[in-house]
Amino acid sequence: MDEKTIKSPQNIVYQKPRLMNDTPMHYCPGCGHSIVHKLVAEILDEMGIEEKTIGVCPVGCAVFAYRYLDIDWIEAAHGRAPACASALKRLWPEHLVFTYQGDGDLACIGTGETIQTLNRGENITVIFINNAIYGMTGGQMAPTTLMGMKTSTCPYGRQADLHGFPLKISDIAATLEGTCYVTRQAVNTVGNIARAKKAIRQAFENSLQGRGSSLVEIVSTCSAGWKMTPVQSNQWLTENMLPYYPLGDLKNIKD
Amino acid sequence: MQKDNDILLLKGNEAIAHAAIRYGYDGFFGYPITPQSEILETLALLKPWETTGMVVLQSESEVASINMIYAGGGSGKCVLTSSSSVGVSLMQEVIPYMAICEVPGLIVSVQRGGPGLGTIQPSQSDYRQATCGGGNGDYRTIVLAPCSVQESCDMVGLAKELMMKWRTPVIILSDGSIGQMMEKCILPPYTPRRTDEEIRRQCPWATNGLGLKDRKPNVMTSLELDQALMEKRNRELQKKYARIQQEEVRAEHYHTEDAETLIVAFGSAARISMGAIDNLRQQGHKVGLLRPVTLWPFPEKEILELASRMKRIVVVELNEGQMLRDVQWASQFRCPIEFIGHSGGVIITPDEISRKISEMGKL
Repeated sequence: MDEKTIKSPQNIVYQKPRLMNDTPMHYCPGCGHSIVHKLVAEILDEMGIEEKTIGVCPVGCAVFAYRYLDIDWIEAAHGRAPACASALKRLWPEHLVFTYQGDGDLACIGTGETIQTLNRGENITVIFINNAIYGMTGGQMAPTTLMGMKTSTCPYGRQADLHGFPLKISDIAATLEGTCYVTRQAVNTVGNIARAKKAIRQAFENSLQGRGSSLVEIVSTCSAGWKMTPVQSNQWLTENMLPYYPLGDLKNIKD
Repeated sequence: MQKDNDILLLKGNEAIAHAAIRYGYDGFFGYPITPQSEILETLALLKPWETTGMVVLQSESEVASINMIYAGGGSGKCVLTSSSSVGVSLMQEVIPYMAICEVPGLIVSVQRGGPGLGTIQPSQSDYRQATCGGGNGDYRTIVLAPCSVQESCDMVGLAKELMMKWRTPVIILSDGSIGQMMEKCILPPYTPRRTDEEIRRQCPWATNGLGLKDRKPNVMTSLELDQALMEKRNRELQKKYARIQQEEVRAEHYHTEDAETLIVAFGSAARISMGAIDNLRQQGHKVGLLRPVTLWPFPEKEILELASRMKRIVVVELNEGQMLRDVQWASQFRCPIEFIGHSGGVIITPDEISRKISEMGKL
């Protein structure tokens, strides 16, 4: 069988999403970002809405998200993506506007913008990657760092008296009148990847239909920041992250 | 033809709100702070979303406001925000992003006494913040200084023209007195907001997805890890600034033809100085005024030319001497330069200016 026959349409069972380009990713092996990027690209492609989509990048590991997905992006200042998205959606009410943020960006420096945007019920989607650490700056303590977890700025482990407690911001978001959909997902197994994709798709549809704010938290690994192999990271996520950040819908108001 | 409701008695702040709707702005995003809250209040009352389709949103902070302007302008929309001194300080975070990403947007800064929370009375102590850039990096913003309610209104239109022409943030540097005082104002006719198709044609760089299938994706980012590329972007920006300095300087003269003493003042201080000049001229003093209308670009050449034929320059400001440095620099000290000012929200009177200039004696 020649190469052309092998690559014929009926034989293709999996391919790179059309909206994802060939730029080599800067993400570390085992990182969840690349998987979520791919899901977003697949969903936008399936929905066929790239001409009315605006993505808002964060400051953090996903700062370069705009390099990999061929849609229009605006790079926000640290934590301010929800403010940018609020304006974009109001000015372009027919568009899909989404932010893609990490825990430091969304749950620390940008907490104000996050809560206020969700509370206004802006018709946007927030994709929130929670890996409990500042990856881009080299592994410092995040608002979501677990108790006892060691980072470069809590080298002896997170302690309540010194550092306070890990923030469950999605739980807070679920209490806000403006949110219609708040869910916590993961991409550590094939099954979870499929569920995460379904969740992001639902969030995007909510945004287009004007149902209110949607927040999709993805509990993710940071093998470099956690100083583990990718396999160890996935195990650590299952054993430590998921008990504190359990998966599933925190809020899902249909219609 | 003017209709009855096109001529109104308005506060400077209210005039800005009316002007934004009439000049076809797409959105206003702002947070309350004295003495500029009437801008947001007037917009809320006028409900332009029901007429022109203009968006009005009370943001959660000035930090959020400026990010909204950044994103809105980046997507090709014509947007504005407004605030006062401490609030404008918060906006400094993102004005540099707008400058380097070449995002159009209008920031109305209605100054009050500082530093810090200071007072709620009029001041001009944010001259340096506006003209030198309060944020990080090598950038400039066009700064327009109105001295009346009418000019506050007109400058909303001028700012729209300049920010779209040069793809740059523009600041209208008003103050508590211009913002709060009431004067007759002739409002402009309604300019329709641009359609999506017009935005697509005028702003091919904008991040709005329009026509994506026929073009490369647009990205608004200030991040550049390669320092050589960053320098290249900076140099391009500087070239644009040089052209703005060549083409956009605006200044107004008042009795400068035969003047021996020249007052240089902007905004409300210029307005007050005009009263002083009328008094002084009745007493036989040949005094004139140069009022910089654009504070950046600054009318350097005009000041040098005037300094060469004046016996004295007097800089009048509602601060401790901020534009003074720019006047000294521009004049190359070709004549003696004096300063009269008040700060912290204290307003100078025409009488005080007249008296102090009289006391300076003959040269």
